[in-house]
Amino acid sequence: MDTLAFILTQCVNAFSQAALLFFLGCGLTLIFGIMRIVNFAHGTIYMAGAYLGYTSVRWLGGFVAALMVAPIVVGVLGVLFELFILRRLYGRDGNAFLMVTFGLALVLGDAVQVVWGAPPLQVPPPAALAGIAFFLDEPFPVYRLFLIGFGTVMAIGMWQFLERTRLGLLIRATSQNPDMVHALGTDVRVVRSGVFGIGCGLAALGGVLAAPLVTASLGMSLAAVVDAFVIVIIGGMGSFLGSLIGALIVAFVQVFGNYYLPEAALAFMYLVMLTVLVVRPGGLLGKEE
Amino acid sequence: MLRIAGLNTHYGASHVLQGVDLEVPEGSIGAVLGRNGVGKSTMMKTVMGLVRPSGGEVELEGHNIFGWAPHRVARAGVAYVPEGRLIFPDLTVVENIKVAERKPAKDWPVDRLFEVFPSLRERQGNRGSQLSGGEQQMLAIARALVSDPKVMLLDEPSQGLAPLVVRELANVIRRMRQEGVTILLVEQNMKLAEAVANRLHVMVKGKVVYSADPERFRDEEAEIRSRYLTV
Ligand SMILES: Nc1ncnc2c1ncn2[C@@H]1O[C@H](COP(=O)(O)OP(=O)(O)OP(=O)(O)O)[C@@H](O)[C@H]1O
Ligand SMILES: [Mg+2]
Repeated sequence: MDTLAFILTQCVNAFSQAALLFFLGCGLTLIFGIMRIVNFAHGTIYMAGAYLGYTSVRWLGGFVAALMVAPIVVGVLGVLFELFILRRLYGRDGNAFLMVTFGLALVLGDAVQVVWGAPPLQVPPPAALAGIAFFLDEPFPVYRLFLIGFGTVMAIGMWQFLERTRLGLLIRATSQNPDMVHALGTDVRVVRSGVFGIGCGLAALGGVLAAPLVTASLGMSLAAVVDAFVIVIIGGMGSFLGSLIGALIVAFVQVFGNYYLPEAALAFMYLVMLTVLVVRPGGLLGKEE
Repeated sequence: MLRIAGLNTHYGASHVLQGVDLEVPEGSIGAVLGRNGVGKSTMMKTVMGLVRPSGGEVELEGHNIFGWAPHRVARAGVAYVPEGRLIFPDLTVVENIKVAERKPAKDWPVDRLFEVFPSLRERQGNRGSQLSGGEQQMLAIARALVSDPKVMLLDEPSQGLAPLVVRELANVIRRMRQEGVTILLVEQNMKLAEAVANRLHVMVKGKVVYSADPERFRDEEAEIRSRYLTV
């Protein structure tokens, strides 16, 4: 394998990994930005997305259907969780959220095990994306190319949503001063519920997309929550662009680290995070609070 | 237009508003003066619904709005210009205004606001954090006007502004009055309050203890100043 082909292969791996991580980190950072809560259940929600994707594919027979159904179901559940549980906690100190979202992670994790069982479940990629594409005589899994394309479209879509739509404007304003938004006539409680739902839905979408690559397994949740936290710490809590950059950095470190030094890949990821924290304590694009 | 009666507010154990009585008739400006910490901003926040009152009445055009959530108070026609402006620092000038423009403005559309505040037009693409204090104050007022309010709560608009800017501010406030906006103004700058208000009120320890029209206020100014306002 020549160098160019090698680099190309690794970049496809890294960019497709970044697409998955972006959904994870973007949801977490949106939720943090607007609610100032650290959602410990984020990895478990990602995992639940993967399992729901598995079931949607089996019942509805299509991957596209799974891509829509799983995030919507999880998003609605997220809204309900915010409405009935988190909403009671605003105004309390952050530990309350920590305990409650940690509790959600435990309960949801067990619920997934009860419903789907412990063994990992294979989710085949859709037939149209299952093949291999050749470029420079090198094979590339079409599914990874699809992830890169889909991730790019969704990142641009999210960015445009935040910049151009009224709800996006209210989300940005609420992350800066919720009381002022409320006093200007918008019920910030609705914005909060909505953002929690969107954040959970994005994590679930990432889970569905990850399933064909890694199978749906109970182990994904811990790895995912760690990755998500590293991404938003690197990129800056609450920064959308930061979550995108964080996802790219973490993906490249993981893919190249796993190739050259598999034993130290995880340590290397933490090293990058620590370096960022030393140089910019609030993250690359975050604000120090 | 706005009537406050017996309004009480507590922060935990501290009793900040102890029965505020105040009325601002339609189309007029009522100014509230008072030393630091007597509860002026707390009164504004309580009317706005940002702080929970513990008793009393708040009426807008005869309708009870006591204890309502802030967004409902705003939709009923109360616009809030807080102490310290509280501009969204990372939003542009136009975006700051748009947050408050829930439906297309009839009386104060953005074009008209830019005509009243020409400096904002020049800086419309700038972020809130890049504006000077005076520009931020004008933006906070523009942001309140875009909702076509019945009543504007204007909390210490002159704070930290240069004398020239304060004069510009006085013109803006007069212009709003001419256009029929009812304003409840809190001010430490007595000259500004006297220059624009139809009625002046003095707050001491969570109560309005003195109210007068500007003529009488001017006659009694020296005494009021020494009794209620100087430390
Ligand atoms: N969130 C709060 N929690 C507890 N006490 C508060 C809070 N906000 C204000 N206070 C106290 O309530 C009292 C009234 O404060 P308020 O801000 O209403 O005064 P003010 O008249 O607006 O003063 P200033 O002229 O300095 O703006 C003060 O003693 C203040 O310390
Ligand atoms: Mg004050």
